[in-house]
Amino acid sequence: MSYSVDVVENRYRLRGEFHTIEPNQPIRNEAGELCGVTNPRRLVHTHSYGGESEFFSGLAEGRLLGTRCENADCEVGYQSIFIPFRIHCPDCLQRTVTVDLTEVANRTATVHSFMITERTGAFNTLEKPIKFINIEFEGVCTILMSYLLRGEPAIGDRVVPIFATVNPTYTILDLAWVPEGTDPGELPEGFTFSK
Amino acid sequence: MITFSKQQLKTPRYLRDVYLVTGGNSEFRRAFPEKRTEELCIEALQEACDYINTSPQELKKYVHSCYYGHFADHFGDQLLGEAVIHDRLGLDPLGNVGIKTGGATGGSTLWEAAKAVASGYSDCVLAMGWERMDEVPTDEGNNYISCAADKDWETPLGHIYTGYYAVMAQRYWQIFGKEEESFRRTMAEIAVKNRGYACHNPFAQAPMKITVDDVLNSPVVAYPLRALDCCLMSVGAGCAILADKETAYALTDTPQLIYVTAGSHTLRVADRRDMEIPLLPNEKEGQYDDLEKEFPGGGRYPGFTSFLAARMCAYYAYHMAGIKDPTEDLDLVELHDAFTISDIQTYEDIGIRPYGRGRTYVESGECYHTNPQTNAPGKLPANLSGGLIGCMHGVGATGIMQTIECMYHLHGRHAEIHGDELRWERFDKRKPDDWQDLQVEGANRALAISHAGVGSHVTATIVVDPDHRLDK
Repeated sequence: MSYSVDVVENRYRLRGEFHTIEPNQPIRNEAGELCGVTNPRRLVHTHSYGGESEFFSGLAEGRLLGTRCENADCEVGYQSIFIPFRIHCPDCLQRTVTVDLTEVANRTATVHSFMITERTGAFNTLEKPIKFINIEFEGVCTILMSYLLRGEPAIGDRVVPIFATVNPTYTILDLAWVPEGTDPGELPEGFTFSK
Repeated sequence: MITFSKQQLKTPRYLRDVYLVTGGNSEFRRAFPEKRTEELCIEALQEACDYINTSPQELKKYVHSCYYGHFADHFGDQLLGEAVIHDRLGLDPLGNVGIKTGGATGGSTLWEAAKAVASGYSDCVLAMGWERMDEVPTDEGNNYISCAADKDWETPLGHIYTGYYAVMAQRYWQIFGKEEESFRRTMAEIAVKNRGYACHNPFAQAPMKITVDDVLNSPVVAYPLRALDCCLMSVGAGCAILADKETAYALTDTPQLIYVTAGSHTLRVADRRDMEIPLLPNEKEGQYDDLEKEFPGGGRYPGFTSFLAARMCAYYAYHMAGIKDPTEDLDLVELHDAFTISDIQTYEDIGIRPYGRGRTYVESGECYHTNPQTNAPGKLPANLSGGLIGCMHGVGATGIMQTIECMYHLHGRHAEIHGDELRWERFDKRKPDDWQDLQVEGANRALAISHAGVGSHVTATIVVDPDHRLDK
């Protein structure tokens, strides 16, 4: 399918083909009796990142952004730093401010948990086995999920972020991790360290 | 939220008692290529009618509003599937609503239905749940399930929900399980137990006589979880009829009190913040002060090792139903054994065992119908239906199936339902020669836990013989 989407005057402008129609087929049992039909279709959704857009564009620029609650009246969340990026503080619901966590990640990121799996769902684009890792950062109250692209994960290991800055997908897949000390020459194609 | 106000910790209260009148389940299978969903729903409703010797036509005269649990519209490729079923059940023009809380959908459906009766809005309601997971290939099914994770931050990572769950299992395995072979075998024992109990349940999808070594030799799904550690993917339906006291006793001589509560926690495990452990009635202040010392890395709560939503729904349910100690006050439980390790985590979240000690519930033998170490009845048998590992996980139906299984025990009718030769034949199955009656003798109170994904929603359903209520 060939298509493009952009936003003009706060409206989506869709061009090209967003779905294709294919003929269905009957489903029969051993006796040849009709049991049902297939319902094939291919289609494209659009999706807004809204207030998280800067996080995803930040990845393409080699930066890891989080958010911080700066509402001094917030009883619980004041000064809390969040990544995953939260547009609003979960406690006071005031809009958070964006903070650059790239340096914190480079200096303090460690593996909180991990999982290696050969199993994936349809539409997966990651190479198998996938090495899921969950990452703790100093001074951050949450634990980010991502994936390790070099080495074997272990709880407590130091890791550093790498970014798909060459041909970014503008999805969470643009962020990955490698063990601290990994040589730049060992990075996967298209990935770079932070800028 | 990591701190609670007094108002948030209020004990839930019904304005009037709510009774479980009857209920029923369809058979559960991986696929029903020759049955529509409505056929399964009507099968479940017919079971509920047969249970109290009435007909759908008669029972429907009492129903005033309807609550439908059906999680995954996209699996069935039918939005408003609830409206389809409602129409096919011939219940128009009664009010109805669909409920969706992932794996907890069945429990949440009961939660909504119970509140409708408790408030006085309806005197009698239908809670019906089902799932249709057999109309796409497995890898597309995995993708669909992963859509229940955060679509921007998690789903693109492999489109595999098991992976998002398994990182929690890994942490529990290393911190509380200490990566011990003995712990790994305890996990496997749960799979052996639940699949074994499924052999005595004609509704069950995957009865298996297996050993601990079979589990340990099954293919790795996401280490340390292996194929036989994991729950089923099922198609089927379950239903329950709830009512006020007057209506309940008009329909049956033996209705049971039902209490349903709910808790929640972040959709993304990533967003869990450190907090103090909320204590259940059988726990004491300071009880967990040494948790970090005893289990290094285990001090962060709920971290990746516990389910706050399960703890909160248990907190509400125990206070609501007057449960002081689940092991002492309950006679059986049906838990959400999505994975063997999450079953162990749940023992701790709902206070059957303290945090860090979940494994001892299995190792003591008290989770069995008959304790294999003492040959005495287990103190608190778990998942005699076979659970999600042996019987079914048909998402929207699961929490209802569990509750109906509890109901059979409280009525002392386990053998009548599970041992009926005609039912085995109707399901095209052979009743095992060594079929066993798993009735829990003298059961008066039971608990079912219904749990969504990585713990975003969890419900607790407690059914109680009215002569043995503890809240008054």
